[in-house]
Formats: sequence, structure tokens, C-alpha cells
Amino acid sequence: MNLHEYQSKKLFLDHGIPVLKGKIANSPDEAKSAAEKLQSDIWVVKAQVHAGGRGKAGGVKIAKSIDEVQERAAEMLGSNLITKQTDDLGLPVSQVYIESGTSIQSEYYLSLLVDRTKESWTFIASKEGGVDIEAVAEESPDKIINYTIDPLKGLEIGSLKEMADRMEFVDDIQSQFISITRKMFEIAKDKDANLIEVNPLILDDDNQLIALDAKISIESNALFRQHELLSYKDDSQENELEVKASNHDLSYVSLDGNIACMVNGAGLAMATMDLIKLHGGEPANFLDVGGGATTERVKIAIEIIMENPNVDAILINIFGGIVRCDIIAQGIYEAVKSTAIDIPIVVRLQGTNVELGTKILEESGMKIISASDLTDAAIKVVASIKGKTE
Amino acid sequence: MSVLVNKETRILCQGITGSQGSFHAEQCIEYGSNIVAGVTPGKGGSTHLDVPVFNSVAEAKAGLEIDVSMIFVPAKFAADAMKSAIESEIGLIVCITEGVPVQDMIEVKAMLNGSDSILLGPNCPGIITPEETKIGIMPAFIHQKGSVGIISRSGTLTYEAVHQTSMCGLGQSTCIGIGGDPIKGLNFIECLSLFEKDQATEGIVMVGEIGGSDEEKAAEFIKENISKPVIAYVAGVSAPPGKRMGHAGAIVTGNEGTALSKYEALNEAGVVTTDSPALIGKIMKDLLNR
Repeated sequence: MNLHEYQSKKLFLDHGIPVLKGKIANSPDEAKSAAEKLQSDIWVVKAQVHAGGRGKAGGVKIAKSIDEVQERAAEMLGSNLITKQTDDLGLPVSQVYIESGTSIQSEYYLSLLVDRTKESWTFIASKEGGVDIEAVAEESPDKIINYTIDPLKGLEIGSLKEMADRMEFVDDIQSQFISITRKMFEIAKDKDANLIEVNPLILDDDNQLIALDAKISIESNALFRQHELLSYKDDSQENELEVKASNHDLSYVSLDGNIACMVNGAGLAMATMDLIKLHGGEPANFLDVGGGATTERVKIAIEIIMENPNVDAILINIFGGIVRCDIIAQGIYEAVKSTAIDIPIVVRLQGTNVELGTKILEESGMKIISASDLTDAAIKVVASIKGKTE
Repeated sequence: MSVLVNKETRILCQGITGSQGSFHAEQCIEYGSNIVAGVTPGKGGSTHLDVPVFNSVAEAKAGLEIDVSMIFVPAKFAADAMKSAIESEIGLIVCITEGVPVQDMIEVKAMLNGSDSILLGPNCPGIITPEETKIGIMPAFIHQKGSVGIISRSGTLTYEAVHQTSMCGLGQSTCIGIGGDPIKGLNFIECLSLFEKDQATEGIVMVGEIGGSDEEKAAEFIKENISKPVIAYVAGVSAPPGKRMGHAGAIVTGNEGTALSKYEALNEAGVVTTDSPALIGKIMKDLLNR
């Protein structure tokens, strides 16, 4: 679960990581009064979306008067911000964060993340801040400083000092830096964060380190013990169908193609997409109905994949293990009956109760194309829409 | 012969009285698996599925010989269940539970590293040695005793590989579902090394997927250490970057974890790769020349 910048900065503030004074606004008027309350002579208006690259996309604007704050806010609010991290539609801006301006001596990069390779938390720091860190890592890996925390020992002061030395922070600035890293680790542990990124971390003219931006991502599997963060969830930043599917405990990802798939199991669902592509088609989605598929879940799954207007055909691929093929077949039957689907449906059933399942589909009178195996299914579904232009 | 488990293996089921634990433990017993006891805190002293239930792993271990613990407890308690199995020095811990927070797994792995226990999972279908023992949730009837060792990050794709190797008459020595989480127990390398040493295993199937770099590491390892033929399929060639494809660990981040990079590494290591999961059985049959 991703947090907005203003939510991340609230956590920073709560834990004592220095941030600029800021206020959230839902309307141009609120932006104006926020700017008044912040008592500054320069402000920054920042679009709140779950994507990086906002600055270059026009989602971060400097304002030199209160009227200008209001104008910039009016431009952003209600628009969609398209950055290099979003798709072509961009993400809706329904809130802007107004911050007082600051002087900037230099910019740095600092993040703390769950590192799957090291099986622990790793700090990544660089003297190159405010830039695409992946590009820095690729072009000049020597500019990237890593410190992986030993989970049994926790933070070690020697390693933090070494990191600060390599960042060329001395004396008081070094202490500030170490304090920030400690607080980031506190947040990572307390809030089950998978990623805490400060890009850039800046040094102002008074030699104070400040988190100018903040990005936090919370482990979805840990939300059961992070109740207070649940209110931070913003579904408007996610794909509508993906949210709907997840509310039904279905795992769905929207794609660009026109062949919808419904599969049991995440690996098999990916493999089904791969096979469609291999045989010249384009998948419209990833959908895992899971191990506990019931007639009702299958029905909902089919309804969700049919909501995508690009879909020209459906491929249903089930390997019945715990899931019984007859249950799936019944779900397909009921969904087709109630939603009046008139596009080709290719079904491949295998495993538990496959004969019963096949019988239900055959006797239903529906125009279902049966497939004998994975390859056959992919070939048939691609053939079923041949001639259709995308 | 087989790897890790056989018909002698004595199994403890943590979470045996829960709905999942109860359903699957019963299926395992039906298959012939030797489940000797169960654990559910607060239900110690009772009997479930004709085996004694204890309050803790330690209590069960005090009076019984136990080789494997199979864990079905809900995600929020799964880390504690794994830790208590490690504390009780259970040899192999198989955690089926899906949705364990990755932060919990950092702690479990740190504890595991200083112990003699082996962990399989979490978020995995388990392990089966056909016609001997089934420790997990896989559908038993598709398996057949034989010569192919299977290692897989995905449940249903494992079943696909199992089904195909059964249909073409090769069968399986042991099938290990290592699971789809980013931080987990047994990985490809450990399993490859076990199958290399196992006399019953003539060929190895590796089913990988996008995310992380475990397949690349396995490729390095195969080059130096594996003499038996290995076939690999990697799911997710068509997956978009930055999207989690069902499994917690199945995500391409930046340039890391793409199916392409995995295929390149595996090809370079001399592994026979296929871009179609439908051909695993056929290719293995050709490779073993039968």
C-alpha cells in the first residue's frame, strides 16, 4: 500500500524526521488559506499522486504569492497528472500539499527498503540527490552507498558513521544524518514499511538536513496490524477494476490486450498470458481466482473481466486440484447466463472432476470452445478473434 | 529414494484443528502420510483426526519423534509458529500459509540461519514424494512415482509439470513447491543440490517466475554443480514491470527480475529452457531418451 507524500511526511514528523511546514488542501480556497497560515514568502504546490517524476510532469510548482498558490492549486486539482511512472491516462489529483519554500545548499538521496536478496533491511544513500536513483546505480554504481542491517544486531553505530563519512557529512550534520537514519528504521519496524525513500534529502543554508520529499510503501500483508494506516488508503490512485477485484479477494491486473483470462493460481495465470502472447495474441488481464474458487467467485471474476471494454474473447484455464472443475463450470454457466456474453469463450479444464465439468458445459447449450491442453487453448482463443482489429 | 521426505517421515501439523489444517491434514493421512500429532494452543489433550493434539510444538516434541512440521496457521500467527518449530529443533518446517508479512520473514530467516532446521515456504503447496508421503495441499491423484525432480515457485504450475511428467510415464521422485514469497526458506539451489545427490532423480524441472534473482543464481550454480539434465520454464514474459502478479514475490522492479534476464542466465548455463509450460513433459521425455 503506497502512501501520499503528505501522509509519509506526517509519519516523518511524528517520528522526528525534519520536514518543511506544510498543509494539505482539497480545493483552491483551502490552498489559499493553507498558504496564509504557513506565513512564508515563497511556497511550493505539490500534486498528491502515487507516482514519482512529478516535478518534470508539472506536478510540483513554485508560487511567489498567495494568489499564485491558489492559481497553481486550481490548475492541478481535478486534473490527471501523467508522469513517466504512470500510464498514458495518468493519476487523478484530488489533493495538493502546500509547503513553505526553503533554501537548498545541496541534494542527496536516502532510502531504506526490504531487500529480498539480502533478506533484511538495506539503506541506500548517494550524494546524487533529486535524480532517478536507478539511473545513477546503472551508470555510476560507485556513487551508491549500501548498508544492510544485520537483523539480529539491529542498527550498528559504526556502520551508520561509515555511511555518513562516505556521504561526507561531518560534525553536527553527521549527527543529524545518523538521527534521520535511526528514525527511518524506527518507522520501517513500527509501521511495517517496505520502502521509505527521501529523494531529495537536502541541506539548507543553515546547515540543516531536511526531507524535501517522502515516499513510504507499507507491506500489504501487514495491514492487519496497521489499523491506523488503513485510512491512508487511496483507491482513486489504483486501477478501478483492480480495486474491485481485490475487494472480492481476487488478484487482477489490467493489461493492454483484448484476450481476457481467468485462471486458478498466480503462476498458471502468468503462464496463460505468456502462451497467448506466444501464439500471437495480446492478454487483456491477469486474473487469479485462487485455490478456494466457488461458483460465486467465478461469476464475479467473469463479470470483472467483462467490464474491460477492450475484451474480444475469454480464455478460462483451470487446473483443478483443491478446486473442482464442476464448480468452475457451474460458475461459468451462471455468469454467461446472467451477463449475456456474446464473445468467444475458450475453456480448458483439467484435474479434479474434469468429466463432470466438461459435461456441464456441453449440456449448457452455450457456445463454448473446448480446449484439450494449454497450447490448444491459446491457439483456439487467438484464432477465435482472427480478423478483428485491435 | 527421494529427497527430504519419504514414507517413514513423522509429521506434526501446526494448526490441525483449523478449517484449512483439518481439511488438508485429513487428505494427507488418506494419502498415507504419517501424521503423528497436531498443535493448536488451548486444545492440548484432545484428539483430532485420530491423532493427539498438543498446546505447543515443544509439548509435542517432548513425547514424540517428529521429523517435519506442516504449518497451516493464519498469516498473523505464522511467524510465531515457524519460530516455535525452530526452537524445538524440528528438522524440516513446511509453511503453507499465504500472506505472511515480509518483515516477519526477516526475523524468521535470521533465527533459522543459526539453527539446524530447514524451512520450506511460506506461501507454498508443500512437498510430496509420490506413493510415500504428501506434506501439503497438492492434488494427490496427478502424481506418480518416478524419475523427475520438480522445483517450483508456483503451485498450479507445479501441478502442470507433474501432470505432464505423469502422462508421459516418467513420474516424479519428489516435488518441492518453494513458494512465491520474496523472502522464503529453501530456494532453487538447495533443492537442485538435493536432487543431484538423489539416485531416483534422473532429470530436474525448474519452474521459475518473474521477480528477484533466484533463477539467475540457480543458473550459476547449475553450471558448476549439476550433471543431471535440467529443464526450466519461467512464467511472466508478458508481465508488465512494477505490477505484482498475484504472488508477493512476482514483481519486476526497475530492470531486475525480468523473465528475459532469467532465461538468458539459464540458457547460458546450459539449461534446456522452454517458452511453453505445455511442453515440459515432452521435452523431459526426449531429454531422458525414453
